[in-house]
Parts: sequence; C-alpha cells; structure tokens
Amino acid sequence: MRRLEAIQAIYPDLERSVVVTIMGAVAAELQSIGHRPNFFYLQHAMGLASSVGLGIALSRPELPVVVLDGDGSILMNLGGLTTLARYRPDNLVHVVFDNESLLSVGGFPTATSTGTDLAAIAQAAGVPRSGTVRTLDEFRSSFIEALGAGVLTTIVAKVEAVGPAGYVTDLSLLENRYQFARHLKERGG
Amino acid sequence: MPVSVSSSALIYDALKDSGVRIVSALPETWLVHLIRMAEEDEAMTLVRLAKEEEGVGISTGAHLAGVKSAMLMQNHGFLAAINGIVSCGQLYRIPLLMLISQRGSFGERDPWQCEGGGVTEHVLEALRIPFDHLDAPEHVARRIAKAQTLAHSASRPVALLLCRDLMWED
Repeated sequence: MRRLEAIQAIYPDLERSVVVTIMGAVAAELQSIGHRPNFFYLQHAMGLASSVGLGIALSRPELPVVVLDGDGSILMNLGGLTTLARYRPDNLVHVVFDNESLLSVGGFPTATSTGTDLAAIAQAAGVPRSGTVRTLDEFRSSFIEALGAGVLTTIVAKVEAVGPAGYVTDLSLLENRYQFARHLKERGG
Repeated sequence: MPVSVSSSALIYDALKDSGVRIVSALPETWLVHLIRMAEEDEAMTLVRLAKEEEGVGISTGAHLAGVKSAMLMQNHGFLAAINGIVSCGQLYRIPLLMLISQRGSFGERDPWQCEGGGVTEHVLEALRIPFDHLDAPEHVARRIAKAQTLAHSASRPVALLLCRDLMWED
C-alpha cells in the first residue's frame, strides 16, 4: 500500500474531522490531494503531532480529531503515546503510517524495520483499540470503524517507503495555523 | 514538606483568573501543591506528562482549539522541552505560558539541581523568551496576569520563574 493511496482512500471522511499531520511526506501528500481549513500540518517539532491532537481533543471533546502520524515521529514521542492512552480521548483516531523509514531525510531505516511493533506498543501503553493493517481495503474499513467507535484507536498502516517529489508547498506555516484556529473557532460540534 | 501552600494557592488562583483551563505538568517538589490543586479542581483539566516537551504539543492544540493553558515544569524540564518550544511554540507563534520552578539558585541543597539553575535564564535569553520572576507573594497575581497578556498579544511563549523565596519555607 502506498501512503498517498491510503490518504486518498480516507480523504472524503476527513471532511468532518479536525486533522493534524506530521511534517514531510504526509503533509505534502495530503495537500496534494487538496487542502482544507480543518487540516493542520505540524511542519516541525517531530513527535508532537499526537500531543497537539490530544490538546485539541481534550479542549473540544465534541469534535472528531484525526492525527496522521508516522513511525519516525511516534518513536520520538513514545512517552506521549502513554499520555494519549492515559487520557484516552474517545474523539481521537490516531493513524500511524509506518514505512519503516525516515523517508524525508534520506530514508534511514527506523526500528520498525528491525521488528519494533508500534500497534503492540500502543496496546501495551494502554490505547484501548489498536491494530496493524497492510492493504487499502483493510485501512479504509478500519479507519471508518474507528471514526464511529467512540474509543481512542491507533491504526498502524504499513506503507511503502515512497514519497512525493518535493515537500515544500505554497501554504505558509502561519497561514495554515491561523486558518485552522479560525476554523475551530467558527465551528460548532 | 516546606513547599509554601499559600504561595501555591496564590499562583493557582492567578492562573485561573487569567483564564487557564488546562494545566500540563510533571511532578517536582516545588510544584506538588499546584498539581494537587489542578487535580482537585473540576473546572481544570490536568494532563500528567511523561516528558515536558509533550506539554508544548498539548498547549499548542489547546490554543488552536481556543482554550487557555499553562505548563508547570522544573527548569530541567524546560531544558528537556526546548526543541518543542522552538520548533512548535515559536515557529507557529503559540502563546505558551510556562511556569518554571527555578531550582539550583542560592539556598539549593540538592547537588543534582545546581547545573540547571545556572543556565536557565541564559537559555531563556538566548531563545528571546520574555520572562520574569515570581519571588514574593505580593506581585504573583499581577505578574501572572501580565505574562498571560503578553503571551497573547505577542503570540509567543513567555516564562515565569518560580523562585525559592516564594515557593520554599525554610
């Protein structure tokens, strides 16, 4: 499964959600499909996307929050995964695209390439629902199920280590940040 | 434990008066009463962290979602959170309100706390983070209110150093 195809498969379902992504390929690919004001791309601060998602989910429990994370990022904030599990907001779906690689900085293999199992880590951290998917159909159905489950879910989606040609888009970081905050301000539950 | 309950209550009340509704924290001796007050307050959400840098993410999410928050940490926790402060808080112009216990200053008895005390203010200056000291009860409320005001008008992280003379009753 390619990550771009995976994001395309759930793109229609992101319209009602509040979406926080990590930097690099995930941010660039989601924007290439089509930016929306409810998408926030954390273009640095590697590891903190899941913490930002937790902050939003705790602040606005009426909003469905989706975090699009990656193996390299979550490995930098495994403590944050335990915090996420501790408060287990039922309005948050945590997707981890696992390409077993730090793709946007040269493709160095991460520990998931040598056996680290992120879904098992999530489960052991206390995330009530977690699992690994390997095909587009599995990913889409598990994502839809998680959106409706009302329980914190971590979905680890195994994807190919293939990314976009470039990572810089024409959406400035601050424009994205203020547009996103305004969207949340104007939006009801 | 000679951590000042009355000073902690002054700080806590001032945080609430400035609109704070989410507090993230890692335990540290000087912060015990503040954390307990947040825990016992039904109108406050306390987020217990594994590492201080997570608090930057929590506060960023809260701010984007329209909720005011504060971060409680020791100065060594501040040092552990710096990449998040720079590459999230400063990069995205987030008004982080950081309350940092300033361990390692005159009177410090724990040898292991002494290095952080010597560098904290220099690091804050290097990061160009505006900061002030909370060292006496009479200006706690006013300085917390002013810090919150600047954080939001400048849309940047600010810090208040919780000092021994305020926090510790020898």
